[in-house]
Amino acid sequence: MEPFDSPFFQGATPGWYALAILLLPLAGFLFTAFTWKTAFTRKHGHVVPLATIGVALFCALSIFKHAVIEQEPAGAHAPTAEHGGEKAAHEEPPADLGDHRPAWSSKEHGGVYALLSIGSLHVDAGITIDALTATMLAVVCIVAFLVHLYSVGYMHGDKRFPRFFAFLQLFSFSMLGLVLTDNLLLLFCFWELVGVCSYFLIGFWFEQDEPPKASMKAFMTNRFGDVGFLLGILFAWGIFKTFDIHEIYGRLQHMVATNVETSLFGWGLGAALTVMGLLLFMGPMAKSAQVPLHVWLPDAMAGPTPVSALIHAATMVAAGVYMVGRVYFLFTPTVLGFIAIVGTITALVAATIGLVHNNIKKVLAYSTCSQLGYMMLSLGVGGYSAGLFHLYTHAFFKACLFLGAGSVIHAVHTEDMREMGGLKSKMPSTYRTFFVATLALAGVPFLSGAFSKELIVEHAIQWGMSGTLAHWLPAVVAIFGGGLTFFYMLRLLYLTFYGTPRDHHKFEHAHESPSTMTVPLFVLGFLAIFSVDWLPIPLLRGLHVPELLAPPPALASLAVGHAPHHGGESLLLAFVVLVVSVAVLVAGYRLYVRTYKQRNPGPDVWYARFGRLSTTVSRLYYFDEFYQATVVRLGNAMSRAFTRFDVGVVDGAVNGVASLGLAFSSVWGMFDRVVVDGAVNFFWHASHALSRVFRRLQTGNAQDYLAFAVGGIALVSLLFVFLT
Amino acid sequence: MPLLAAEGVSHLGGYFFISSAMFVLGIFTMVTRRNAIYVLMGAELILNAAALNFVAFARHHGGAGALDGQMFAIFIIILAAAEAAVALGIVLQLYHHFPTIDVSKPDRLGD
Repeated sequence: MEPFDSPFFQGATPGWYALAILLLPLAGFLFTAFTWKTAFTRKHGHVVPLATIGVALFCALSIFKHAVIEQEPAGAHAPTAEHGGEKAAHEEPPADLGDHRPAWSSKEHGGVYALLSIGSLHVDAGITIDALTATMLAVVCIVAFLVHLYSVGYMHGDKRFPRFFAFLQLFSFSMLGLVLTDNLLLLFCFWELVGVCSYFLIGFWFEQDEPPKASMKAFMTNRFGDVGFLLGILFAWGIFKTFDIHEIYGRLQHMVATNVETSLFGWGLGAALTVMGLLLFMGPMAKSAQVPLHVWLPDAMAGPTPVSALIHAATMVAAGVYMVGRVYFLFTPTVLGFIAIVGTITALVAATIGLVHNNIKKVLAYSTCSQLGYMMLSLGVGGYSAGLFHLYTHAFFKACLFLGAGSVIHAVHTEDMREMGGLKSKMPSTYRTFFVATLALAGVPFLSGAFSKELIVEHAIQWGMSGTLAHWLPAVVAIFGGGLTFFYMLRLLYLTFYGTPRDHHKFEHAHESPSTMTVPLFVLGFLAIFSVDWLPIPLLRGLHVPELLAPPPALASLAVGHAPHHGGESLLLAFVVLVVSVAVLVAGYRLYVRTYKQRNPGPDVWYARFGRLSTTVSRLYYFDEFYQATVVRLGNAMSRAFTRFDVGVVDGAVNGVASLGLAFSSVWGMFDRVVVDGAVNFFWHASHALSRVFRRLQTGNAQDYLAFAVGGIALVSLLFVFLT
Repeated sequence: MPLLAAEGVSHLGGYFFISSAMFVLGIFTMVTRRNAIYVLMGAELILNAAALNFVAFARHHGGAGALDGQMFAIFIIILAAAEAAVALGIVLQLYHHFPTIDVSKPDRLGD
């Protein structure tokens, strides 16, 4: 890729914008964290965070505008993946280790901060901006700003109001850092930071029963994935001797061109990259809630709803997808196949659970899970652009859905849809935005979700056509999942907004939310429809890959022969996908009409109809039970064993040393008492006895002294006489 | 008396005997008597024993006109007179503090 055309990108300006984006939320966090006791922060704790994230939003949109919107339509000068890769591989002079910079990097403008330097290990922190970064910046900042705004209303009156904003700020900082960094190690640090923010915010209401457990579960599950991620990063170091993503890219090209062995266990490049890729993918698997590490995401809904919208729908869980996109060029076909399988399973499993769950936020959580599965599926089948494009569109409508659900919960004070119903008339603004976002999520044509979703389907079909029968599975799931999505979202709408109120008391007290909450809803609803329209894709070609998110020329030239399916050129395919998608949507709608609209049943209609199967689904496929029986039990057994070791060996050693010391000290004590004290006491006694003798001489009588003196002189005289 | 009339010291032997006796008697008096006045008298005896010695030696060694010993004796007599005055003062004070002049009673030096 070549540097961006815009004059904006000719100097160091984007670096300053990026630094502002990164550091302002951090400053806001520090300010709020250090002043939370003051009256101002306690009362107006939202002012500073809103200001910082607002400025960050402005900067992010500037970068987005220059980097994405004003770019010429892709393909004009960016070489397509395959050709670019081969060209680069062949023309690269072997002596040059290669340092392939992306569109804009702070390292070309002196913006380097040496993070640490130990021996041959140099880690430089730098900022990189390309289309992917700019897109993520825009998404994160828009959603973060709206969630900040929404929280002013939603968290009003909470006794830890400033703390909530402090954590939102810390999260924004970490997430933006994760997006901006050009370095795997720093990416991992920010990755952990967003994880810990998620932990804090899920457990925000820690007095209650559920949130602390949920936060712990989220944290532990993510640790499990992060172990793999960290190992993958170490593997990357082992192979490339650098953490800088773009240096890695350059060195990879060099290694492919010269066909060298890796220095890692003497493995071939392909094998080493495959192992590294699988390890790296463990991180996104946990962070983006992919089966089987998805179990934490539904539980994470125990946190405040704005948090669910920001962290567990729009940004943090998408960080996994972003990370896969960021190091996409490292993944071999084996790894991509694995990613596709995981994504497919996740998309299907989560969608089916969404069919039967009765908690409004958990249905949305499973929907998120399912959509993340879609993104992974897309990345796995080679639809790099489509997957990240779906990340972009999904962020807006899913944040809108979550905030809408939060508005409903705020009104009726329950998350159980069995106690809702008929809220459409009570909450018109919430209903309207929710409805639009639902259509966007389902992929109704001409809303933002449709573009990305159909691109995914297109790529899945191409993948199916390129391989065996099994390769069709992602395509089938992607198409079928569209109908499922539409159906469970309509069910959610029906149970929440349509029909008759099932809990009249709660219905009577329901009211529309304040404007700080509805304004973000309207903005997000607007974006759910139009977020695609200013992207530089001609609308007629709109069903094609937005090339602005084109992957860096990847392993195309690698001997293993992988070429990502890039840019469905066939209009026919696009048309077929459109027709099929609409057909599936219609099928989903028909099912909804027959199940709910005509019969107007209760929320538990599934149990009557499918019995055992729906029980299995409603127990979430027994994932939690499985983990309870295996991982948790194993963990408990191990901790018991370690306890025994601790008590027996470690404590035993400590106690042994202690009693040994005791024995020594008693011996020394004896010596002290007998010998040292004995000597001291002997002298004391001796002098005492002597003094008793000599004090007799001190009679006090002058005559006695005289007698002694005379006697003494006589004695001395006698001695003198006799000795001389 | 061979001891006293030894060759060359024939004249001194007698003086020695007398002065030694006075000296010993003086010491004995000072140590044993309880009455302060007697103690003073013992001191006088010692002083006079010393003066006698001075005069005896001066007579024995000195040539014509040598009166050193005699001068010493006169000094001693003068000193003894002064000493007696001071000592009697001390005795008076003693009597003031402790209504006695028994020198064995005040024994605070031993405290």
